[in-house]
Parts: sequence; C-alpha cells; structure tokens
Amino acid sequence: MASEPRGRVQIDPNECKGCGLCIDACPPHCLVFTEELSPYGVHPAHYLGSGCTGCGICFYVCPEPGAIVVYRLSPPPKVISTTEASRAATL
Amino acid sequence: MRQLCKGNVAVIQGAVLAGCRAYYGYPITPASEIAEAAAFYLPQVGGVFLQAESEVAAINMVYGAAAAGQRVMTASSGPGISLMQEGLSYLAGAELPCVVVDVVRGGPGLGNIAPEQSDYFALVKGGGHGNYRNLVLAPASVQEMADLTMLAFELADRYRNPAVVLTDGFIGQMMEPLELHARITSPPEKPWAVRGTAATRKNLITSIHLEPDALEAHVRKLEAKYREAQEREPRHELYLAEDAEVLLVGYGIVSRVLRSAAEQAREQGLRVGLFRPITLWPFPVQALREAARDVRAVLVVEMSTGQMVEDVRLALREQAPVHFYSRVGGNVPLAEEVSARIFEWVETAVR
Amino acid sequence: MAEYEVVHSKSPVFYPIYERKADLKHQTHYCPGCGHGVVHKLIAETIADLDLQDRTIFVSPVGCSVFAYYYFDVGNVQAAHGRASAVATALKRACPESIVIAYQGDGDLAAIGTAEIVHAANRGENITVFFINNAIYGMTGGQMAPTTLVGQTTTTTPWGRRPVNEGYPLRVCELLATLEAPVYIERVALSDNKNIMRARRAIRKAIELQRDGAGFSLVEILSPCPTIWKMTPTEARDWVAENMIRNFPLGVFRDRRLAMPGNGGPPQRSVAEVLGLTSPSLGTEAPAAATPTDTREWKMKIAGFGGQGVLLLGQILAEMGMREGKEVSWLPSYGPEMRSGSAHCHVCLSSQRIGSPLIEHPNVLVAMNEISLRKFAPSVTPGGLILYNRRTVPADLGVSNVRLLPIPAAELADQLGAAKVGNIVMLGALLELTGALSFATAEAVLQATVKNPDLLALDLRALQAGRDWARQLPREVR
Repeated sequence: MASEPRGRVQIDPNECKGCGLCIDACPPHCLVFTEELSPYGVHPAHYLGSGCTGCGICFYVCPEPGAIVVYRLSPPPKVISTTEASRAATL
Repeated sequence: MRQLCKGNVAVIQGAVLAGCRAYYGYPITPASEIAEAAAFYLPQVGGVFLQAESEVAAINMVYGAAAAGQRVMTASSGPGISLMQEGLSYLAGAELPCVVVDVVRGGPGLGNIAPEQSDYFALVKGGGHGNYRNLVLAPASVQEMADLTMLAFELADRYRNPAVVLTDGFIGQMMEPLELHARITSPPEKPWAVRGTAATRKNLITSIHLEPDALEAHVRKLEAKYREAQEREPRHELYLAEDAEVLLVGYGIVSRVLRSAAEQAREQGLRVGLFRPITLWPFPVQALREAARDVRAVLVVEMSTGQMVEDVRLALREQAPVHFYSRVGGNVPLAEEVSARIFEWVETAVR
Repeated sequence: MAEYEVVHSKSPVFYPIYERKADLKHQTHYCPGCGHGVVHKLIAETIADLDLQDRTIFVSPVGCSVFAYYYFDVGNVQAAHGRASAVATALKRACPESIVIAYQGDGDLAAIGTAEIVHAANRGENITVFFINNAIYGMTGGQMAPTTLVGQTTTTTPWGRRPVNEGYPLRVCELLATLEAPVYIERVALSDNKNIMRARRAIRKAIELQRDGAGFSLVEILSPCPTIWKMTPTEARDWVAENMIRNFPLGVFRDRRLAMPGNGGPPQRSVAEVLGLTSPSLGTEAPAAATPTDTREWKMKIAGFGGQGVLLLGQILAEMGMREGKEVSWLPSYGPEMRSGSAHCHVCLSSQRIGSPLIEHPNVLVAMNEISLRKFAPSVTPGGLILYNRRTVPADLGVSNVRLLPIPAAELADQLGAAKVGNIVMLGALLELTGALSFATAEAVLQATVKNPDLLALDLRALQAGRDWARQLPREVR
C-alpha cells in the first residue's frame, strides 16, 4: 500500500454515540471503537487511518447528522456532481 | 343594504368581510348552514373550504392554516365541539388565532338538535387540557352573528388565541335583517407564521415545552395575555337597568326572552332590567357589579342546569341574592314564564 | 501530497448547533442506532440538493420525532398526535408554493391518525408523508403499535401480539394503494447499506413529486428501535431485515402520474360582489323601505305539513316587513318535528326591537292543515285571527274570542293549476284581512325572489286569488 488511501473519514467524538453501525457497515473494515470513553461515556467510532475508499456508507448508516465527515482524494476519478458521486460510490 | 339572513349564514358573511379565507369543518345540525355558506362563499373569493373527515381532523386543519397565518375558522355543535377540545388546547398552547363557532344543541351525548346553552363550561371554562382560555362571544341576533364573528377574528389575532362564538340553535336558524358594512378588513401581518418562505424559515409553531421552567414561563406568558384581555375586552349590554329593582341576567337567545320578560314585568308595575354579557370570557364582572348595585335581587336565566350562574355568583359575591331559573332539553323559556317567576320571588321576599 | 475534499458531511439543512435543545446541543436526542437520524439525514440531503430549504415546512408528530424541529433549519410546525397529515393539508393549501413534509411514526399515522392519513391520501393532497414504522411505541416506552408483529412482545402485549386479541399488523402502503389519488407509495427499510440507498432514492422522489405538483406521496420506512427492542444497534438493524421485511414487503405500491379532472370551481369575484355590497361605502336601503307608521305588533305563526310552503310563507312575510322598515324575525321549527314532516315558523313584525322571536301566543295563526289548527288554535291571543286552509272549520274545534276564517287556499291553488302556490294564496288572504303589509311589497318580494317568469306569473295570480277570496267574505266575519 504505497499509494494514499482514496478516502478519509473523520468522526467527531462529541457527536458519535458509539452505536457501531458504521463500524459494522464499513466495507474495508477501517473503523473501530476507541479505547477511551468520550465525555458522554461511550466509546466513539474511530478511523484506523488507512484503508478508506471514501465510499460514504458510514455516513449514510450513521444516525447522527454531523458525526461523520467523509473525504475523497481530489480530483475524483470522474467529474460528476456530489450527489451522483455518492450514489455511484455506494452501489 | 339590509338583507333577510339566517344566523348561520351571517357568520360566514361576517367572516368573509373579516378576511377569513379558510374554513375546515364537519357537518352537524344545527350548525351545518355555516359549512354550507362557507362552501358557497369562500371559493369565490380565493379561499379554501374543505369538508374534513371529522371534527378532529377539522380543528387540526384549522391549526395548520392558522400556523400559516391565514384567518381560519370552523363551526360545529356540542358533540363536534367535544371532539375539537384537544385541538383547541393545542391552538391556545401554540398561540394560534382562529375562530370557532358553537351552535349549541341539547346534550349530553347525542341529546337532541334543539337549542341549549349547556356548552358554557366546555368553552368558557376551557374544556381542553391545560392552562388556557378561549375568548368567548355570545351573539343575540343575526346581526351580531356577523358582527361578533368579525370581532372574534380581531380578538383572536390581537391575543393570538382561539376565539369562540358561542351561540345556539335558535340564533343560528332564525332569520333577521342583516346589514353588512363594507369595511373589508385584511388580517394583520403575522411575522411569526410558517409559510415556507425565507423570511419565515426560522419560525416554529409548537406547544411543547419539555422543561418545567420553560413551560412555566410559557404558561405565565399566556396568563399575562389573559389578564390583559380581562382588563380590556369585557363587553355587555344593559336594557332598562338604570332604575331596576330586579336585574335579569342572560346571554344569547335567552337575553331576547328576558328583554320581553322585563317589558312585561314593567307593564305590571315591577321595575325589571336586563344585563346581557356579550363576552362570556372575559366575563364582564365590573359592569355586572355596577348594574346590580341597587337591585333587590338578580335572576339568572339559562338554558342549562346552571353554568353561567356560577360566574354571576362569583362576580356578585354577597352583593345581591342570585336566583336561577332554567329550561333544558331544547325548551326555550317563554317571556311569560320568566316574568311569572319574577313575581313569585318578589312575593316570597315581601312575605 | 494528495488533496482531500469533503464528499459527505452535515447537511446545511440541519442547524450547526441545536439551540432549541436544553442540553447536548451537538447530538440529536435519538438513541444510539435509531433509524430517525438516518431518515432525517436523507430528507435533509434531498432538501439541500433540490434547493428547497427556504420553501420547506416540516410537520413533526407526537412520538420520538416530536423534536425534529430541534434539527431541521426549515419552517417547523409541531402537530397533535396523529394529526400531522391534517395539519399538513391546511399548510399546503394556505401556502401552495411551500414544500410540506409530514413526518409520522406508526402509532401516530397508523393508529390514532388512521383517518387523517387515509383522507389526506384520498384527497390527493400535494404533500409528502414519511412514515417511520418501527413496530413499537418508542417514546412512551415500548407499548404495542398497530404495526407490532404477531408474537412480538411489548409492554402491552406481554405474551406477544396475539391476533385473537390485537388483530394483525396494519399494512399502510397496501391499504393506501387501494385509493385512487396517491401518486407514489413505496416501502423501504433501513436494514442494510443497499436498502438505505433505496430509501434515499425513495425520499428524494417523494419530495421531487411534490415540488412538481404531482400529488400525494408516502414513503414507509422500516426502521430500527434498538433501545425499546432491547437489542444492540446492529442486532436491531438485522431484525429489520429478518423480521420486519418478511411482514412488510418492500417495494413500490403506486407510481403513476394522475391527471385529476378539471377543478370546476367558481369564477373569482370580489368580496363586495360576492356579498352584494354594491357600493364601497354603505349599501342603499331597499327601495320599498319606508318609515313604519303602523305600530301594531304582529306575532304570526305559520304551521302545516312539509311541502306546503309554510317556512317560505314566513320568510316572505319577514322579507316584506323588512322592506317596509319594520323590525322582523323569522324562526323556524327545526328539530325532530322538521324530520317528521310537520313544520311551523314564527314571524314577528314590529316597530320596536324584537325581544323573544319565539311566539307562544300568536295574534295571527295560519294553519295549513287540521293537525296544526288543533295544535295551535288554543294558543292564539284573544281577538286574534286564524286562517285555516279549508272551506269549512271542524265543528268540534272549541276556540272562542278569535276570528277563525276558512280560506280554501289549496283548493284555489289547484284551480290555478299548481298546488304548491297554496301558501301564496294564503298570503293574499292574510294581507287583505290584516292589512299588516302592502300588496305592492308582496309583489316586489315575489318579483325579486322568483326568477322563473312563468312561476312568478303564477304566484302573482295566486296572491290575487287569495285577496279576492278574502274580499268576498261577508263583512261581519272579516
């Protein structure tokens, strides 16, 4: 794995409730629970730092509006709109 | 121009003049002509008329239209009003103005379709849950069916609260001359409304305040509004009351009967006057106390087993003896009947 | 070094901070793994993508999503339990340019609000309804929902839902798909990645349809409730897949454009036109109006059988009185009597403001049949007048001190060729015998109210026939 991961995920421990849906849903299995408890007393999800494809599935299975931000390597492989990109990426 | 008009139809004519452009309702005797008139008039002036699937749906449609800032109304009678009570509580809680007309019929239960005044408690005292009040107006003629409906829209908007026109089967069904003055009004600006626009995007219509302190603050705000209404809005009418030794008190159709009764009693030598509350809430307490200052007795007549009489007794406390006479079941007291009763009491008192 | 750009992040349709919440202003109030948040995100994404944020009105229900307005930065209206579709109906009609979204749970929509959703759908209201089905009452702590599965244990079905006691789960999409008006009905599920993306497309389509003015759409979303189901979020998600979908099949139940028949509404007119306020200032008095010089008080009771024109005769008298400048009132008998076929009305004509419109002792009684005569004759005031719709009066009628005149109005009307003008014959006689109101006014009222010229001619002949009959009565009985 010499090249940069295609995507990156950022999870806000102040918004994550530790439900684990994103961890379970992530195709490349690059999300895990943190060891530490968040201020709310849960183990938030956390990106391992490699393996993300930027597919966005974690974003859509996450019930919290602002817990997850998904990044993708720029420029994207194809020039399409954001919504189209996310649809194409997830199916 | 004077036109011969049915009370129930006059309600809608007044509403159209007042800028009401939405009616949501469900038919019920003896209020159905209000819905029928709304179905005829409103669509011609760009308004909405919709016959809802129930009174429950109707009052919640009223809630939606009021939330959008429309002048909106509904009408019903006893059983339908019972179904609307939850919605009225929500409207008051969410501070939404609307007008509700109750053409009262006999109860409880299915009762009958003849006139009664037995919904006084249900609307003047609340009826729905929680700390709120309805503003309640009681017309006594076809002309007032229009005029007080117009006033109801004004008061509803002024206080952001439901206003009720409490009337009965007789006033609703009878025809009298109606004169409409062409002062077509338009509703005030309602910057709080939710209209699906950039300007109203920040707005929220709700009645939920989960935190006790937040709900207390909200209820206190409503309370302050109601106190202001109590100071500013009581309305009443006096007839032959100046020198009266016996004061009759009645509202709506009963006040018409009492007018005749007072005249009959005066022909027989007894100075009888009439006090007619026009607003049932706020109740005209001060005016009643003044009118009853020098009387020997007060006689309250209602087409109920005694509802408004409680407010009269509260207002007068020990100021004058309060007697009560009633007919129910759809029977309307006759003037002769009332004046005979007055003389009975006077004789008893003298003896 | 490669550049990363944001592809998925919090929608601008959500508030950055949830100021309306008392605390935890960064998180929703939903439990971990709850489906509401997912649906909220899908709705917010669509609103943002379609640039509808300013136009959207979100109607939140009673249930866990009662506080949806904490999050959605759109116009918000919170509705009573079960009534979101009714509230949405009126909002949309008040603001046709808005996008109205009703968001309802299974208890809200499919139990207490069943009538409202069925009728909103049946009217084809141009609104979008999102129906969150999690087979349980979440907010109130786990009671049975109308969609609770057979055998599913809830706090109010402690031995599991038993069809013999609670019936079967209600299938809303199937139910609504029997209706004519809805344009789009689909059931989706938050059961796995693929189905979530299907839900995303369905939600988008439902809102687009409203934007395009297509009509009523509803998307049912099978949604997990881990806390109340007592499962982990992943177990709950799998339970949707394994149990809910089996009972609530996914799919499109309706997808068609409907061309509703033309509205056929009335032409638009001004308020003044509609109400007959011809002049912008005060209206003019009716032409026949005059200062009343006649100070007699008329208390008339008109009684008879339904179809004899009893109520109409009363109305004509009241209208005439009004045109002559009198105070008038007309009070119909209504109620059980009206339903059983007999009818009467009270007409007061006075120079003074009228007290009670209810007449116990009339000074004029018009009895159009014998039953009415026998019923009301004893109440007529001494010196009063009774007009009876026959050639002769019953011999055994014991009334005294009144003038009782037989007027064969029905017979005269028959001779004119129309039994229905018996009431106008009676009017002619009444006017002649009382002088209460003028014939000219009667003619004016008939001219104003009877539009058909043949009928008008007939009425005028009937009026004259009644008048003539009364005139030929011997002076001593008149």
